Amino acid sequence: MEIRIRYFASFREVTGKSEERLKVPEGASVAEARALLLGRYPRLQGIMERSLCAVNRSYVAPETRLHEGDELVFIPPMGGGQQSRKDDRLWNR
Amino acid sequence: MEPVIRLTREPLDRAALIEAVTRSSDGGIVVFEGVVRDNARGKQIRYLEYEAYVEMAEEQIRAIVDEAKRRWGVEHVAVAHRFGRLEIGEASVIIVVAAPHRAEAFEACRYIIDTLKTTVPIWKKEVAISGEEWVEG
Repeated sequence: MEIRIRYFASFREVTGKSEERLKVPEGASVAEARALLLGRYPRLQGIMERSLCAVNRSYVAPETRLHEGDELVFIPPMGGGQQSRKDDRLWNR
Repeated sequence: MEPVIRLTREPLDRAALIEAVTRSSDGGIVVFEGVVRDNARGKQIRYLEYEAYVEMAEEQIRAIVDEAKRRWGVEHVAVAHRFGRLEIGEASVIIVVAAPHRAEAFEACRYIIDTLKTTVPIWKKEVAISGEEWVEG
């Protein structure tokens, strides 16, 4: 089956594209799709380890099963998290 | 009312956002505006590039606003985020919460910006004199 992968930020820069179709085995998980992509783009290794995944615009766990036509996006860390955590500490004092 | 949620490449219009959500029943309006700083971690910033996964970002913002409504009962909320290239001093994000009383407006606004920064898929690249990098928080 085929899924759609969209790339943003550092993923877009490493792959050199905004999106592509990826053939994966029937019933493949997000983790399996990730492994396929790492085979194709070894330079994604570092950023992939720090990223979350989303299927059809919702955050999902890596063991989530994919379906034909799903939109898979790896979400690298967003800036501002550090500031927010700092603020949380102040807030909770 | 439905929240006002805008992701746009155009400059953000603070006055229009305030006007869009304020009602005569509201006694307090809290506005948070995030602007581009000229420095970060010792670097001199030239400009920022924001990139958004727009469809998911809109859904995530809507979920955050719904949660703020559930927690504090705030009904009148606007969230606008800009993407593309932003110069020093330009607004990247504006949040407006209008409520009958100030306490819930302050708390809801604080919650929305803090949560937005950690869960909404919008990325920031710092372009500094010394080079450029995606900020990972």
